[in-house]
Amino acid sequence: MSVVPADLPATEAPAPPAAGPRDGAGRTAAAELCPRARLWPSLAAVYRAQLSRARVARIPLLFVATFQSVGIMIMMRGVVSGGGEAHFVVAGASIVVVAYVALNLLSQYFGQLRFSGGLDHYATLPVPPAAVVLGAAAAYASFTVPGTLVTAVFGCVLFGLPLANLWVLVAVIPLAGAALAGLGAACGLLAPRPELATLLGQLGMSAALLLGVLPPDRMPGIVRLARDLLPSTYGVEAYARTFAERPDWTYVAVDMAVCAGVGVVSLAVATWAYRRAAVR
Amino acid sequence: MCAVRGLTKTYPAARGRRGTPGTPEVRATDDVALDVRRGEIFGLLGPNGAGKSTLVRQLTGLMRPDHGTVEILGHDIVAHPERAARLLAYLGQEAGALDELTVSLAAETTGRLRGLDVARARAERDAVLEELGLTAIAGRALKKLSGGQRRLACFAAALVGERPLLVLDEPTTGMDPVARRAVWSAVDRRRAERGTTVLLVTHNVIEAETVLDRVAVLDGGRVIACDTPAGLKERVSGEVRVELVWRERAPLEVPEVAALRERAVESGRRWTLRLAPEEARAAVATVTGGAAFTALDDFTLATPSLEDVYLALGGAARQGLVKA
Repeated sequence: MSVVPADLPATEAPAPPAAGPRDGAGRTAAAELCPRARLWPSLAAVYRAQLSRARVARIPLLFVATFQSVGIMIMMRGVVSGGGEAHFVVAGASIVVVAYVALNLLSQYFGQLRFSGGLDHYATLPVPPAAVVLGAAAAYASFTVPGTLVTAVFGCVLFGLPLANLWVLVAVIPLAGAALAGLGAACGLLAPRPELATLLGQLGMSAALLLGVLPPDRMPGIVRLARDLLPSTYGVEAYARTFAERPDWTYVAVDMAVCAGVGVVSLAVATWAYRRAAVR
Repeated sequence: MCAVRGLTKTYPAARGRRGTPGTPEVRATDDVALDVRRGEIFGLLGPNGAGKSTLVRQLTGLMRPDHGTVEILGHDIVAHPERAARLLAYLGQEAGALDELTVSLAAETTGRLRGLDVARARAERDAVLEELGLTAIAGRALKKLSGGQRRLACFAAALVGERPLLVLDEPTTGMDPVARRAVWSAVDRRRAERGTTVLLVTHNVIEAETVLDRVAVLDGGRVIACDTPAGLKERVSGEVRVELVWRERAPLEVPEVAALRERAVESGRRWTLRLAPEEARAAVATVTGGAAFTALDDFTLATPSLEDVYLALGGAARQGLVKA
């Protein structure tokens, strides 16, 4: 048993200011709680803070992501002559930028934040877990915009594809971004060790690269199944379909709906994982 | 204000991996009971591994205890850990979440996540940065700052968005005297103006003696004493600490020195002795004369500090408390 005097004589301790209100039982009545931070303002604050990190730390990585995708397209130029296969190469290479940043980097970020004790900072603030996860995911999805656009435009020029439907990226980036960022955040927060978080992020990125860039017609059945299970595939398909002479917008919408659905589920899982990681 | 009863947390034994031995079960906090009163600066003092940070993590709702209760301002924190964030501000040892932000954005964002609106968060940010003398470096990223400046910036973030309880885990690590003074005057101002209570984790004896109203001494997860610093020091008031530093080695051929050796804690060329005043006088007379004096590099004679209290209470760690 610890030796703790219940109450010191008043002379020994400096007189503390009057204690809080007391109820009949002699216990201190519960004090009023300070207000909670609301979801949208705190999401905006996290988003802004994360975006500012891009200036400091992320710009070199964005260059890497973009050069990597541009390099892949130049390489594939020698293999793929044009037509339907070129659609997948350009769409796949563009989505790889999203996968690199949202899945790989976000998984690393959350893994490192959790193991360095950085999560304690957020966990001792009255902020909804969803605001931290969504704010970070939204910021990482935003980092991908310039790289994805550069890759898409370069690819269209390289393979002689029309630039007219490039606007569809306005929907594809946030939806694929949400799905992949949610997955990345969940990997980072659930991995038992930070190296595993990095590994999972890298594996997800490699899968998005191999299964997204290569045209699906040449793949064996089992690989095609794996491709169908990867959320980035639906982003690639949605974007690739818009290169057709007369795009079937219903399919494009269905593909994007799948991305959105996966996004909602993976972000919900990431939010749950955050709660779990915050209180151990 | 903050009442802790029977708080116990055991880390389970870890199985060893190939090449590394497993670690046994560790009881990080063992039946801890504390009462922190409103408006006081209450300290948790102990060497590394004494269980200070584990205790604080349980008080801030970051860790669930195995047994025991924590009540802060009438709220049960074990049952409702999420309420802790609405009652207290916590300065942890890590700055990972803020490292890549500028000082100004770190403070503003933290304020907004404490529920302030934009205008209020900016006004408080400016006031706190000014108060702590950080305005000149407000635009620099935390990770580009020196350790002490970074710590001060994290402390600033902890102050934005007022809370009735501040939990500070070694807030002044790495700080120069100017920054330390800024921290303690900011704490004093809040205490005088708003009755803010401070729970301070430290292993710095001098700091504990100068700033704390009361201190709980932790060792091996247990509270071994809890009193005012003066009250604790009274327990060992019959002792004087003598430190001897030898030039190369102790002159053991002098019989009096050889006799002193049995009572000394040796650390390289330094001997630390805790003696009754008349014994201390005799010891000093011995080493300042004759053969012993030529071998002596330096000596000090001091009244007991909280470190002596810690050792007198049976603290297991021989070294570990910082005297700076």
